[in-house]
Amino acid sequence: MGKIWRISGPLVIADDMKGSQVYEIVEIGDEGLVGEIIGLEGNKAIIQAHEDTLGLKTGEVVRGTGRILSAELGPGLVGSIYDGLQKSLLTLAENTGSFIKRGAKALALSRDKKWQFTPKVKVGDAVSEGDIIGTVPETNLIEHRIMVPVGTKGIVKEIRTGDYTVEEPIARVEHDGEVKELTLMQEWPVRKPRPYKQRLDPSGLLTTGMRILDYMFPLALGGKASIPGGFGTGKTVALQQLARWAQTHLNIYVGCGERGNEMADVLYSFRKLKEPNTGRLLQEKEIFIANTSNMPVVAREASIFVGITMAEYFRDMGYDVLLVADSTSRWAEAMREMGGRLEEMPGEEGFPSYLGSRLSSFYERAGMVECLGSPERKGSVTVAGAVSPPGADFSEPVTQNTIRIIDALYALDVSLANKRHFPAISWLTSYSLYVDAVKDWWEKVDPGWDNTRATALRILQQEAELEEIVRLVGPEALPEDDKLLLLTARMIREDFLQQSAYHEVDTYCVPAKAGLMLKTIIKFYELAQDMLSSGAGIEEVRSSPIVYRISRMKEIPNDTFEQKAKELWSEMEKGLVARKGGIS
Amino acid sequence: MNISSLYVKEGRAINKAKGALIIAESIPGIKFNEIVDVQLSSGEIKTGQAIDISEEATIIQVFGGVSEVDLIGSKVRCKGETLKLPVSIDILGRIFNGMGEPIDGAPLIIPEDYLDINGRPINPASRQPPAEFIETGISAIDGLNALVRGQKLPIFSGSGLPHNRIAAQIIRQAIVKGKEEKFALVFGAIGISYDDASFFIRNLERTGALEKTVAFINTASDPVIERISTPRLALTAAAYLAWKQDMHVLVVLTDMTNYCEALRELSSMREEIPSRRGYPGYMYTDLATMYERAGRIFGKEGSVTIMPILTMPDDDITHPIPDLTGYITEGQIVLSRTLERKGIYPPIDVFLSLSRMMKEGIGPGKTREDHNNVFMQSYAAYSEGCYLREISTIIGAEALGERDKIYLANADEFEKKFISQGEFEKRKVEDTLDIAWRLFSALPEEDLKLISEKFIKRYLPKYSRKT
Repeated sequence: MGKIWRISGPLVIADDMKGSQVYEIVEIGDEGLVGEIIGLEGNKAIIQAHEDTLGLKTGEVVRGTGRILSAELGPGLVGSIYDGLQKSLLTLAENTGSFIKRGAKALALSRDKKWQFTPKVKVGDAVSEGDIIGTVPETNLIEHRIMVPVGTKGIVKEIRTGDYTVEEPIARVEHDGEVKELTLMQEWPVRKPRPYKQRLDPSGLLTTGMRILDYMFPLALGGKASIPGGFGTGKTVALQQLARWAQTHLNIYVGCGERGNEMADVLYSFRKLKEPNTGRLLQEKEIFIANTSNMPVVAREASIFVGITMAEYFRDMGYDVLLVADSTSRWAEAMREMGGRLEEMPGEEGFPSYLGSRLSSFYERAGMVECLGSPERKGSVTVAGAVSPPGADFSEPVTQNTIRIIDALYALDVSLANKRHFPAISWLTSYSLYVDAVKDWWEKVDPGWDNTRATALRILQQEAELEEIVRLVGPEALPEDDKLLLLTARMIREDFLQQSAYHEVDTYCVPAKAGLMLKTIIKFYELAQDMLSSGAGIEEVRSSPIVYRISRMKEIPNDTFEQKAKELWSEMEKGLVARKGGIS
Repeated sequence: MNISSLYVKEGRAINKAKGALIIAESIPGIKFNEIVDVQLSSGEIKTGQAIDISEEATIIQVFGGVSEVDLIGSKVRCKGETLKLPVSIDILGRIFNGMGEPIDGAPLIIPEDYLDINGRPINPASRQPPAEFIETGISAIDGLNALVRGQKLPIFSGSGLPHNRIAAQIIRQAIVKGKEEKFALVFGAIGISYDDASFFIRNLERTGALEKTVAFINTASDPVIERISTPRLALTAAAYLAWKQDMHVLVVLTDMTNYCEALRELSSMREEIPSRRGYPGYMYTDLATMYERAGRIFGKEGSVTIMPILTMPDDDITHPIPDLTGYITEGQIVLSRTLERKGIYPPIDVFLSLSRMMKEGIGPGKTREDHNNVFMQSYAAYSEGCYLREISTIIGAEALGERDKIYLANADEFEKKFISQGEFEKRKVEDTLDIAWRLFSALPEEDLKLISEKFIKRYLPKYSRKT
């Protein structure tokens, strides 16, 4: 047991700490604040406090716990709300009221709740790390697969069936005469990536229901994406939409240093919204981590790693998991603050020089893998992190270091947001390197996908070029076919890319509908081009009722869309006709 | 602060005094971040804060600098307490300074409790999503950037813009409703001029709201350190009134730019590594710990709504102060110098302004069923008009097509009829929406794509007049 020697903000130095190890968790002071040793020097331990140190005194006790920062993994995770250190916030609210008291404890998993365990192995079977020994129906959407912990193997001596808490033994495994008891719960140190058999390339579309993502800049399962944007550009809404509708088995939402009211909104809406395919409540496939901006700074780093560790655990069961983190900039700021207190040599803008490597150590834990153990299975972790660049200036260190690691960039544009074009993802600066990884997937859903996509992007690029001319000579001075191009680009922007997160139908657009919508606009463009070349004027095209009909496509429900689109196409072919004997 | 009578510890040996820092020998029992007294040889007392304590030394930041501190006769006295605010329901109607001491000539209050001015974070799982519309009577806010209870919505202004008048109008119209009994206003003045502070106090007096107000005033001539405690005192008072007394509290803090300047000043005196433009790297977290005290809580009647006012240095919205604020608050009301020059009051820039909580607070049963549609269509039409205005400055309005001319004219009308209103004019939200509908009449009907057809039939003047 040591005692406090120095306090400077979240930095605490304790004396008489011989025998401690780096990254060991300690309890600081009379209130028992959680801290983590980040360095040792003789008898002194350098500790980062995960809770507010206001009012601490020198001489107060510091207790080592002998364990390093770990996450509890087992049934009960899904649907839970945790703080950055995996304390259950609902338990805290029950025990200490609506305000968070520092030093208050709350375990991640309930020790009383019984779970129904069904074994998948028999006595006498040989098992090793990662093998699935049984299942627990955790929610209606998630079957929790109980795995042999990493580092354990042997012959099953006993396996039980029935209702157990997470601490009661459900199996005994013998290896070299040593018997180990297995429980439903295991622990894993959060800073260490969980092992797998083999890393695979990201493949297959992570369907998000957002047209600009799915169709234009697809995200693959096991991929990593970043969403940078100034304030008010809709980062949070975009991430919430991802966490809501992404067609994965499980989503983890990490609110890291962000707004409390928005977190409340997320929690509240997920208790009401239904998963589109199964009709079950979204919270049955969701884990929340809420470390809002007024909660302790240092715990922001922990919150990100706790989140990714839980994601890997479910990946290891053979699931596709999406983790969204809002916002990684706040985490980087926490690193900067700690670095300053430790008097480290600062890098760019005061951030520590290891900013890039820390960011990579998080993003690189995304990926598709072949999981350890039997039966053979594949799982994936996809990561999407928001970045909040100061002054919406993407040249700042956090954005730049992030862009170097990720493979899909969704750049949010302030001027689009000011025009209330949402999602304000810029089609000119965003990119996805997963286009090839999802090509096969798209070809089955929407043949000719890459062609349609390329055509649309080309039209938008041409619009940007024409826009420069329009600013000089005015829209009326352009030739007719350029005016048509502008009209089409506008339709792509407003009637396809713009999508309302709050419209009951438009909030989630199935890929097939997205494909058909864009094809309709391109078809319109082709027919209108014929009209123009046969001598019709642009006004004739613009005033066609078809234009209005196309603008209302978004509101047509997913299931009836194909039928409605067919009707629209036949009307289009009748309505937009080239004049007979025109100049061709 | 009046628990200062019991000094518990005293440190005599000061080893170093430089800039704003004193390094004294370790003082047993001193708490991290506590406020201490530094007594000079002359007997004069300065205030300081323990910013780094260890068994070897205590580092004290002295507010107002270390002038006249000597290493022999000066001493440090500490109370073993962090800053606390004495509270009771009697704080209503009172005016305090930036240390929580009354400055209105009335006696001290009899405290029911002493509250730590830093508060404790609200458990995110206990927060109730804000959803109650606050009618401010200002069209540009109610119609396009609605404020809801529990929100934190700042006003981003510039020097010389009428932010004080707008804030006063909001206070007058939104809060003094009469039927709403359990409301309170907490006013925090941070480093503003005496004139500005008395403008607010007079305004409150005139409307009879002063008795439901708690004011904390730190004027430009008061100590800089008190700028750090003033907003925290105000928010602590607000938290007490909202969560203990079940009141709906609106907190107006002006001018937060002065707060941030004070933070920078103190940080550089502490020789901390600066972040952008010399502001400390923790400014985001520091502001967030205050603004996040806004909200609603399940099972509690009251609410805390925060409206900070800040002046953007050089009207630059990317300056660290408005920038970090915008990342914390749920939107912003931005004032525009261009509109101000056109003589439009309130000069609210509706493109840069935003209320993130708006969608929860509007709609049937709260404002009116067509509100969201009207809001979207108004933006689209005004945005198109402004774009055309920009083009027409180069190519001339004559070169525009007929349809474009309609939109151009509509943008001017929108500014004159919708955004502009009297300083003492209180518009009901229905009136605001009806003004928007009258403006829509000038547009081609098939262009109203963002409004559902049933609302067009119900509210567009040419149909609604018939019924």
